[in-house]
Amino acid sequence: MTIDMAQFHQVFFEESFEGLDIMESGLLDMEPGQADSEEINAIFRAAHSIKGGAGTFSFMDVANFTHVMETLLDEMRDGRRQVTAKAIDVLLKSVDVLRHMLTSCQDDEEIDQAAVAVQKAELERILSGSADDAGSAAQQETTVEAEAAPEIKAEERIVAWKIVFNPHDNILRTGNDPYRIIRELSELGDIEVQCDAAQLPEMEDYEVEDFYLSWEIKLNKAVEQQTINDIFDWVEDECDMAIVPITEGGSAAVVDTALPLAETSKPATGTQLQDETAQDEPAAALPAKPQPVAKAAKSGAAKGGGGSIRVDTAKIDSLINMVGELVITQSMLGMLGEGFNMSRVEKLIEGLGQLERHTRELQESVMQIRMLPISFTFSRFPRLVHDLSSKMGKSIELEMIGEDTEVDKTVIEKIGDPLVHLVRNSLDHGIEMPADRAAAGKPETGKIQLIASHKGGNIVIEIRDDGRGLNRDKILEKALEKGVISDAANLSDKQIYELIFEAGFSTADQVSDVSGRGVGMDVVRRNINELGGGIEIESDPGKGSAIIIRLPLTLAILDGQSINVGEETYIVPLVSIIESIQVRADMVNMVAGKGETFKLRDEYLPVIRLHEVFGIKNPKTTNISEGLLVVVEGDGSKCGLFVDDLLGQHQVVIKSLETNYKKVEGASGATILGDGSVALILDIPDLMRLAKKYQPAQFLKSA
Amino acid sequence: MATILAVDDSASMRQMVSFTLKGAGYEVIDAVDGVDALNKAKQQAFNLVITDVNMPNMDGITLIAELRKLPNYKFTPLLMLTTESAPEKKQAGKAAGATGWIVKPFNPDQLLATVKKVIG
Repeated sequence: MTIDMAQFHQVFFEESFEGLDIMESGLLDMEPGQADSEEINAIFRAAHSIKGGAGTFSFMDVANFTHVMETLLDEMRDGRRQVTAKAIDVLLKSVDVLRHMLTSCQDDEEIDQAAVAVQKAELERILSGSADDAGSAAQQETTVEAEAAPEIKAEERIVAWKIVFNPHDNILRTGNDPYRIIRELSELGDIEVQCDAAQLPEMEDYEVEDFYLSWEIKLNKAVEQQTINDIFDWVEDECDMAIVPITEGGSAAVVDTALPLAETSKPATGTQLQDETAQDEPAAALPAKPQPVAKAAKSGAAKGGGGSIRVDTAKIDSLINMVGELVITQSMLGMLGEGFNMSRVEKLIEGLGQLERHTRELQESVMQIRMLPISFTFSRFPRLVHDLSSKMGKSIELEMIGEDTEVDKTVIEKIGDPLVHLVRNSLDHGIEMPADRAAAGKPETGKIQLIASHKGGNIVIEIRDDGRGLNRDKILEKALEKGVISDAANLSDKQIYELIFEAGFSTADQVSDVSGRGVGMDVVRRNINELGGGIEIESDPGKGSAIIIRLPLTLAILDGQSINVGEETYIVPLVSIIESIQVRADMVNMVAGKGETFKLRDEYLPVIRLHEVFGIKNPKTTNISEGLLVVVEGDGSKCGLFVDDLLGQHQVVIKSLETNYKKVEGASGATILGDGSVALILDIPDLMRLAKKYQPAQFLKSA
Repeated sequence: MATILAVDDSASMRQMVSFTLKGAGYEVIDAVDGVDALNKAKQQAFNLVITDVNMPNMDGITLIAELRKLPNYKFTPLLMLTTESAPEKKQAGKAAGATGWIVKPFNPDQLLATVKKVIG
């Protein structure tokens, strides 16, 4: 039987990467000098599994490399080797190398052998140095081999074997079957068996679980002793045995002894295996087509890496439950349809309501499947903080809260880089050097918190630090200098802080290799906006700062409010709507530089006329008192959208505009309405930026 | 047909073992660690148990010792999957009541040959 091992590769890679994450976080938690055996054990287990899998699936480079790591971890686990900072460091680097190796294997690329060799040498240097009990594993192995080596003198020509096999009375209790031994011996060659039943007790003393027989077996074949030893491998401790060679002329006539040794010298099992593979190969080579197909499938699976999700069975069970409910509802509706008349309308409405409820539940369950804990993203930060803080000579403690918070898989994939950027910023600009902290009366060790939580229909990720906070004046100065703003007047602190998200902004006096050239914050905001989320900043000078990211729970479905302007329908995400009001014309003022604004309680909010922004020709009204103002919030600021009318609220399925059409300013996506027409989903923060561009014109026109 | 319990914390190994054995006509149930395996073994009788050694929650050697305590598993063949570099594991396994072992890495043919040897 040939089994295509490639089909298991994807799972192997996935679990190996998971194993690497376990190793990495375990190593980061490890303190030099003290060995938490549970922790080391977990790391060892992960390495061990990767080695085992790699060996099985023929990634020999990976198996060999992991073996060295495993040896070191094993010694640490047994307390034979000190857990030093150096060793932890080398192991961490080895994790990186291993990750590269596995990625290369997955992508069908060449492994960077040079890097592997360098790292392996590092590991071996640690292994050979200060040997508490160096190489004991290796020693053990060689002794075992030496023991097992056949003890036959070369010049004697063996023609047969005499084997005495006397199982202990407990042999059955190990699950071993003595007859299996005899059966296997018989497969090696012709055997003569003599049973010795002398130990059989009287019937009344007979213990059914005990074993009483023994045998003397003559194997009329000149096999290697190792082959026979192998058969007894499992029962060595459960029997007395003797394996005695019978040499030519040494014993009574054995007829068929003329076989040359060479032919039978290979262990029988080995020969069988080789034969089978030898047969399989031409068979597989004959049909020329399946091979390339299999290869393509394999590389396809490899390239599509990360395409699969491991799902909790409970989630699938609930899904199946839902489908069951749905089928029942459907058949109920089907029955209702037979011989339908108006008297049954009520039943029909009830049934449709049920259908809607079940569909919604099913949809929620399906969405649940895409949800993964944010720890997938958070897990990389301990390492990042560890490496960077030691590089910068800062002392930083990272605290992660809410790692179990579940978010959509796409968010997991896309939020990583922005978060890395933000954490780096906190490390680099936020947290001060230990001496400065001490001078400011703060503990020398700085603290960065990563917090994830659910709030309403959003997931909120916060990056908080207790560093120096943002420097309001420096940001203003820089913003003016770079021309990001033209006038510093009447900007609130919050608005000033938000300037750092503008393109081309950097306040670092010296560009460091940690947070780079400040090309990032605008990109960070864009990435988060692309995920349908928003970003806010809070700062308390001298005490620290916080970046707060809000993201939708799922990217596939959105609770929306549909509105119309002229003949167009738009969807406003429900989460961004605060309220909808009708205003009188006298509530709206023109403010220089800001355009049309209206007063809502104590705030002055800008008005965005959708018909102007989107260039709609025939709105129902341009008179502000005849339409509606939908007050929305995005990225921490509010505005009023001037629309003709509110339509209904519903869940809409988000379709990407980029993939199906092209990016549309002010819209985050599109959806298909019940009547088949397409509606744009408004991107409130983007819309506000877009509206700003129109304002001067609007101002001129109205003035 | 014989029913086999395959225990391994590694999903790829579990897949490989079940796929191979199912292909040969055995019925295979798998378990992710010793605790899972022990629960399953109590609910259903297996003709053979194949277990990995290094596993979280309950390792293979403890599993074997626990299984041997159960009346139904007194004589059941219990095989462990172990690496060549761990002769002491073999000894510990034997002491716990293991029938034998399959040395890792192994290929499907070797696995099948060993299983056939034990339960036909």
